[in-house]
Amino acid sequence: MIRIQARTEPSSLMKVASPLLAIVLTLIFGAILFSAIGKSPVQALQVLLIAPLADSYNIGEMFVKMGPLLLCAVGLSLCYRANMWNIGAEGQLLAGALGGSAMALYFIDSESTFALPITLLAGIASGMIWAAVPTFLKLRYNSNLILTTIMFNYIALYLLIWSVHGPLRDPDGYGFPESALFSDITLLPTLFEGSRIHLGILFAVLSGIIGWFILSKTHLGFQIRVFGADEPAARYAGFSGKKLSWFVMLFAGALAGLAGVSETTGPIGQLTPNISPGYGYSAIIVAYLGRLHPIGAIIAAAFMAVLYMGGELAQIEMGIPVAVISMFQGVLLFFLLACDFFINNRLSLTNQATN
Amino acid sequence: MKKNNPISRLELANITKQYPGCLANDNISITLMPGEIHALLGENGAGKSTLVKTIYGIVAPDKGDIIWDGKEVSIKSPSVARDLGIGMVFQHFSLFETMTVSQNIELCLSKIQLNKIGDLAKRITQLSEEYGLNVDPNRYVHSLSIGERQRVEIMRCLVQSVKLLILDEPTSVLTPQEVSGLFNVLRTLSKEGCSILFISHKLHEVTEVCHKATILRGGKVVDTCIPSEETPATIAKMMVGDLADQDAGYSKKEGTITVFNVTDLSLPSKQPFGTELKNINFDLKAGEILGIAGVAGNGQDELMAIISGEDERNVKNAFTLGKLKIGHLHAGERRQLGMAYVPEERLGRGAVPDMSLTENTLLTHSTGFVKNGLVQWQSIKEYTSELISKYKVKCHGEFSEAQSLSGGNLQKFIMGREIGQHPKVLICAHPTWGVDVGAALAIHQALLELRDQGAAILLISEDIDELFLLADRMAAVCDGYLSPLIKTEETNIDQIGQWMAGTFINTAVQEAQA
Repeated sequence: MIRIQARTEPSSLMKVASPLLAIVLTLIFGAILFSAIGKSPVQALQVLLIAPLADSYNIGEMFVKMGPLLLCAVGLSLCYRANMWNIGAEGQLLAGALGGSAMALYFIDSESTFALPITLLAGIASGMIWAAVPTFLKLRYNSNLILTTIMFNYIALYLLIWSVHGPLRDPDGYGFPESALFSDITLLPTLFEGSRIHLGILFAVLSGIIGWFILSKTHLGFQIRVFGADEPAARYAGFSGKKLSWFVMLFAGALAGLAGVSETTGPIGQLTPNISPGYGYSAIIVAYLGRLHPIGAIIAAAFMAVLYMGGELAQIEMGIPVAVISMFQGVLLFFLLACDFFINNRLSLTNQATN
Repeated sequence: MKKNNPISRLELANITKQYPGCLANDNISITLMPGEIHALLGENGAGKSTLVKTIYGIVAPDKGDIIWDGKEVSIKSPSVARDLGIGMVFQHFSLFETMTVSQNIELCLSKIQLNKIGDLAKRITQLSEEYGLNVDPNRYVHSLSIGERQRVEIMRCLVQSVKLLILDEPTSVLTPQEVSGLFNVLRTLSKEGCSILFISHKLHEVTEVCHKATILRGGKVVDTCIPSEETPATIAKMMVGDLADQDAGYSKKEGTITVFNVTDLSLPSKQPFGTELKNINFDLKAGEILGIAGVAGNGQDELMAIISGEDERNVKNAFTLGKLKIGHLHAGERRQLGMAYVPEERLGRGAVPDMSLTENTLLTHSTGFVKNGLVQWQSIKEYTSELISKYKVKCHGEFSEAQSLSGGNLQKFIMGREIGQHPKVLICAHPTWGVDVGAALAIHQALLELRDQGAAILLISEDIDELFLLADRMAAVCDGYLSPLIKTEETNIDQIGQWMAGTFINTAVQEAQA
């Protein structure tokens, strides 16, 4: 007979093995899924996971996608560590893109060296404002953060769409819902000749390191961890929940805003209605895949970026529908959470039959 | 079910249970005769809980036999245990507050049992009279005192015609009067042939009511005795080995200047079943221990929460620390000013379960360990290992998770952490609740040492013996009222017992109205 037993202490082996096991199970599920829609599973997995790393162009594109995923995921990791269920990275990213673009368009004829930093700051500030409203509503009126952040995702999206149809539309753009191309002065420099890898990826890796530093080295980070792990203990110790909530939400908003403005001033170079293929939502998966650890998020973001790239390649090369790719990602999160169960529990074989 | 029945009610033979890294029960053999009241004694972590859980079918032993009424049985689950006639009253009750007594009892009965009983309410009333339990089947549980709730739990076992009743620290939550009531019930049950297995830390109770006692240490039976032939001190010696001079009365001190003052504190309850605090006044002097007695749920938790600042409501003028009004400050600011607390719940409040002891030191002790917002992990680590050795906390090291420690050891750690901050005022709730004799002694000594250094200590406890042992002045709470304060030498257990039951309230109300 198989029985589920609670472990006396969390298994440190499973803490490491759980994400790996989840990935393996996802691959098996993926193989079945692709066979079911009549595609070769081997080829599909090859395109999904190996092709993105097969040549330098693809690797470059992988880093381009990794940047915003990682920026959002680091912020979310801190939020979730503090039990702040911020689902609004997508909206904060869009707000950052919108605010940053407005600033970039303001500087369109400028020669100032401050144009780019100010544009980035505008994006960061916009993301923070977008995170601040739900935070205020939660702390002041005890509204549900999950709901308000999701609502703010939609508000940001439609505000952005309205903007590119209205005030920010390129007057010389033949009526396309796009802004004018930004001036070079407000574009993020690329890191390598002939590639689209830009400064954003450095911001992202740096944010991971900063996130790790905050959590493990500062008293503030310690308070965040206590607040998330054991709220009564945090109250007993006299930590201010409000202060911590504000900090993690504004931090996440700033990073998501930076992700948004880095997209528009980086690989895209203008504001368009579809600057994000759902980075802010996928970042939730990345955050959990990385164990809510900012350094873990770096690895997880790279993995997720490969999946994104692979997903695009699979659409192009094999005609696999995008919905199947999303499903594949969703299943990954599902298996991840399911495997986490074994950190605190184990299966044991018992022979209870002896009477 | 006659006495002198040669067949034992329950015989445990060589019960062994191995947990990862800990041999909880090591070849334990115990025999219980019908009608015997048998005490199971031992420090925390001695294996008592594991053993009774084995009997009640919650834990499966690795080795050993259980013989019930002369037949070997395998108790695979609590329902098997109940079918055999084993009933257990846990330390924490499992009653639904919004249901009546009889509904609560009905919940744990099978259809067959219910049919056999017929009118459950009538049966409860009948049993209640028979054993003097005084349980009204139609009352809602939330309106019952702790003692009454415990009697409901006992009733739940009686309804199922129990032959062995297991009680896990039944007296820790009762007033002295309720304890003697409980003992009468136990004696009646015993006369009828029901065996009782009684876990307790209070040794004089064991000598008073139990026929036999088995003492466990480190998972082994180290001794058995007939309690009526022993004194609490000799039993304590068996429990801890050669330590423990239990009866050493400590000298009483008189406080000097008032450091902490509570003035006209009245506060409605936050929770639906909480207690409203009513016009509480007292002063706490440097170099004294003020003990507050009271049965659980009479306002102690509410008082602790509002003093510590965990209850964030503003009571600006109610609290004075030195000359400063602190009722409007939040918990962290009060700590900065020299207040420290030892809460009732060790795990989950006093310490974060899955964080290391080092991190748990930092939880409340950040002064000197945080520079420019950065945590000085190395120095906290060193300080934590000093704490561990100073207070003899049994653990693998400063990296051990708080949840891996036994209750007593974690309490010693928390106590050491709070004392290590040299507080002006220490508020301490139930410091030795569920803690073994050795750890309790260490905790008592630490408190007295802190008092002698000139700190003011507020000791909230349900253990009246402990209060008499430690407190220099005493008071009791009942229904959110605080009794007058009195020097410990000038009072006695009867007076405090009556105050715990609320006899002072009428005069207090009159004074308030005057």
